[in-house]
Amino acid sequence: MAANPMYQFNVYRIGPEIKINNIDISFTNASLFMVISSLAILIIFNLGTKRSIIPNKIQLLAELSYSFISKMISDTAGSKAKPYFSFIFSLFMFVLFCNMFGMIPYSFTVTSHIIVTFVLAAFIFVGVTIIGFIKHGLGYLKLFVPSGVPMVLLPLIVVIEIISYLSRPISLSVRLFANMMAGHTMMKVFGGFVVSLGIVGGWLPLGFSVALTGLEILVAFLQAYVFAILTCIYLNDALNLHH
Amino acid sequence: MLKKIIFQFLALSLIFTYSAQSAESGGMPQLNPEFWISQIFWLVLTFGLLFIILSKFILPKISNNLETRKSQILENIETADKQRQETEKKVKEFDKIINDTKVEAKNIFNSERQKVLDDINNKRLSLEKDIEKEIIKAEEEIDQLKKTSQEKVTKIAIETSSDLVKQLIGEDINKSSLSAIVEDLSKKEMEKHNGI
Repeated sequence: MAANPMYQFNVYRIGPEIKINNIDISFTNASLFMVISSLAILIIFNLGTKRSIIPNKIQLLAELSYSFISKMISDTAGSKAKPYFSFIFSLFMFVLFCNMFGMIPYSFTVTSHIIVTFVLAAFIFVGVTIIGFIKHGLGYLKLFVPSGVPMVLLPLIVVIEIISYLSRPISLSVRLFANMMAGHTMMKVFGGFVVSLGIVGGWLPLGFSVALTGLEILVAFLQAYVFAILTCIYLNDALNLHH
Repeated sequence: MLKKIIFQFLALSLIFTYSAQSAESGGMPQLNPEFWISQIFWLVLTFGLLFIILSKFILPKISNNLETRKSQILENIETADKQRQETEKKVKEFDKIINDTKVEAKNIFNSERQKVLDDINNKRLSLEKDIEKEIIKAEEEIDQLKKTSQEKVTKIAIETSSDLVKQLIGEDINKSSLSAIVEDLSKKEMEKHNGI
């Protein structure tokens, strides 16, 4: 099993097969790690809600994350994005914890599956589009017509804008998925080199493996941050139409 | 960089799928749609629950905590400011009191010193007057003495000279002419004596 670097991404059933109307919704290892991540978030942040003027460590963590994301949202999307704070907070934390739990050996990385990231990104895309149309009506279509563009170029620009808008969910989901998958595959490959080169030559890939682990932890945080901040930027487009 | 990583990954995974002893099913498990529905279902379930619990129960508490802390800190800063102002006031009062007492002490000291000096001056003046009086009195006495002594000396001189003359020539001489001569002589002598 160790040799195939893609083996780590396999999804397998845990427990019995659950079927509703012939649709398989069995509990899998992916589901397990989604549940673990969510539970971890809930436990940590629930411990961080103690009412005390001087916070303890977990409370400090929770409050720092709160103000970090709050600042990120107000910086990128302005004060109008306040109502969407909980969603972006949950999104950031979910992606971050899934990425981080994926860094534990023998665990499973939920976000390394295109279907998971795509569902998240598609939900964001649809939600942002609906918010845009609710806030601005058909005026939201002005998003595709940038101001100050010569009339001659306008048809071309509009087509480009529409394509770029429609490609948002794909770029958003593929960015996260590809980063996670590539990183984990690389780590697996270097781990495989350590085993195959043995005690003599295995030290170099071992060093690489260690360095990659650090890099991957950084990437895990960064991608969660990028995912959340891009959501904020899309939300900003929908809320403050000033393209 | 992303492209590079993906490319590397593809190349490496190709190498590995070929070299792997247990080459099971190659390719990416992500593209196997067998569990897609299950993943979507569980994602929606867990993320939905997470979102609901966070937004309904946990995040309001955290924001509430932050708000109360902020307001408490502001309140504390306000009271601290008030107290600081009060302290400054008190310090000013204290300084004023100290200054006043210093001035008062100086005044008292000065007035007392003046009094003492006046007293000393008065006493000295009266003493000087007394001394002057004494001196004048003494001078007068001396003058008196001088005069009386001169007369007495003249008298003695006249008597002795009349006696001498009587014994020498055995005859009384007119006293008035004698006294005139003696006075004349003694005056000359006195003038010589007094250094005039």
